[in-house]
Amino acid sequence: MAKNFKGIAASNGVAIAKAYLLVDPDLSFTKTTITDVTAEQARVDDALKAASADVEIIKRKAEKNLGADEAQVFEAHLMVLSDPEMSGAFKQKIADDKVNAEEAVKEVTDMYISMFEAMTDNAYMQERAADIRDVTKRILSHLLQVTLPNPALIDEEVVLVSKDLTPSDTAQLDRQFVKGILTDLGGRTAHASIMARTLEIPAVVGSDVATQEVTDGVTVIVDGLTGDVIVDPDADTLATYQQKAADYSAQRAEWALLKDQQSVSADGKTFVVGANIGSPKDMAAVLENGSEGVGLYRTEFLYMESDHLPTEDEQFEAYKAVVEKMAGKPVTVRTMDIGGDKHLSYWKLPDEENPFLGYRAIRISLDQTEIFRTQLRALLRASAYGNLWIMFPMIATLAEFRAAKKLYLEERAKLENDGVAMGEVKLGIMIEIPAAAVLADKFAKELDFFSIGTNDLIGYTMAADRGNDKVAYLYQPYNPSILRLINNVIEAAHKEGKFVAMCGEMAGDPVAVPVLMGMGLDEFSMSAPSVLQTRSLMKKLNTADMKLLAEKALDAETNDEVIALVEAATK
Amino acid sequence: MAQSKDFHIIAETGIHARPATLLVQAASKFTSDVTLSYQGKDVNLKSIMGVMSLGVGQGADVTIKTEGDDEEAAMAAIVEAMGTEGLAE
Repeated sequence: MAKNFKGIAASNGVAIAKAYLLVDPDLSFTKTTITDVTAEQARVDDALKAASADVEIIKRKAEKNLGADEAQVFEAHLMVLSDPEMSGAFKQKIADDKVNAEEAVKEVTDMYISMFEAMTDNAYMQERAADIRDVTKRILSHLLQVTLPNPALIDEEVVLVSKDLTPSDTAQLDRQFVKGILTDLGGRTAHASIMARTLEIPAVVGSDVATQEVTDGVTVIVDGLTGDVIVDPDADTLATYQQKAADYSAQRAEWALLKDQQSVSADGKTFVVGANIGSPKDMAAVLENGSEGVGLYRTEFLYMESDHLPTEDEQFEAYKAVVEKMAGKPVTVRTMDIGGDKHLSYWKLPDEENPFLGYRAIRISLDQTEIFRTQLRALLRASAYGNLWIMFPMIATLAEFRAAKKLYLEERAKLENDGVAMGEVKLGIMIEIPAAAVLADKFAKELDFFSIGTNDLIGYTMAADRGNDKVAYLYQPYNPSILRLINNVIEAAHKEGKFVAMCGEMAGDPVAVPVLMGMGLDEFSMSAPSVLQTRSLMKKLNTADMKLLAEKALDAETNDEVIALVEAATK
Repeated sequence: MAQSKDFHIIAETGIHARPATLLVQAASKFTSDVTLSYQGKDVNLKSIMGVMSLGVGQGADVTIKTEGDDEEAAMAAIVEAMGTEGLAE
């Protein structure tokens, strides 16, 4: 019996595959008193052995799919499982307190977890506590004989169904097997959605009901173009969607012909269409889609996917890999943007009432200057290998930009002294905070470029959290208020002969692109799969017409009015 | 006669993650008791949880003792593991 529901279309394409439910099973148990100590201790041994066998498989999978470095964490899990002191403590607890194995495992591991978490001066231990939680879950699952899902064990084509996916979850997905993503939570601009687009996996998010409506192993259709989800489809529906998937592939093939072409409007004006990345791993998609630059390299993933603050050399290798792959095309690297919804397991930031208005991005960098200097040095060293631009996130005031630039110049001078090779580097800021957008004319005199980050700019201008369904209607990228801020930045920059990029979701949005072309935006940077679609759209549009459209849009009253104007001007 | 040796930890991340793993692996190959001492606390070097619970950072001075039938070979393996990983001097 087919069931249909709808979510938010988050990543284009149509996926048809068996559902793989990534949901934690119930691991609750009752504490009991036991009499046969030896038998209970044997249960612990068996569970440890079975858990180790699981992790061995996961580790081999991870080595194959992700490489030896990413698999390292599982080596640590194996060592925990074979730790003589820990298994000794389990058995001691059973013998002393006459409790069941589940209780003994929980009490002992809780003790280790709280011990590690108490070491607050040693941020690394926060992550070890998480490892022990993971391992404990696995031991308990064997004691309770329930199956623990693990995406690393997937070896057939599936649609991954879960409540939510964290950025590190999505980063570990195997494109070969994960054909689609379906979640209960999240929005189009959530990080999981952005990652899904980067990996070109069709995704529907924010469906509310996916984990309840979909059972493990049933065939499910995920239409990432419309947000439709069909569970257990009949033969006709299946055929319809197979056709749709094929059509989509055909359209992509047509766009692919534009891969090695410039981005030019119908009247011959050229633009730069670039791609956003989160790690050197994303470069394959960037090159496959013929990107003319990397308009946003989100370096925070380097920090989030590590178990320690990445060293200068580790960062240098990552930045160098990206600029080398771009072979002289510009790569704009955003310095660390931690805080807000992005956390580090090994370095706990203070809890805040309002993390999005709090201690994040450049505010941390200007406070923890050693961390910032390390990143700047790594970037400067990498600049010798290509065309590297640096931008600072979350700049609100000129004083912040000047302070960041001062640190940059100091590190540059030191490296110069040491005879280290460096390239020319352009310096710019992200426009995310309305204050900086309004004062763009002053900023434009002191920097080389702007890059407009529309997700945060819209969020901060509308004072609305894009992830909160109740206020999601305020996410209005085409509202004239937003367009005027953007236009102000472009005009201010061009008056000083400076360059303006946009690296938010809006840059690849077919409704926004015509208006932005009319305003004279220089670079459009988006998730890689949107590059060719955008290049194809630009080819059809005339900038003189788009200039008129932009003027009308800036004078409009509402978001909807602008959408109607764009439809009329581009049909 | 037990073996004992002092090490000065130079690795940027201390005895963490990979280095800790390698030390525990090295120690676990031998039957001798292997003890790591840091700031007056002794732990079993065959126990990853024990080693990590010490939170040994960069610049720390630690002592390792081996005692048992293969104590010399065990110490040699640990010295080698420390060296190849650039962990200590």
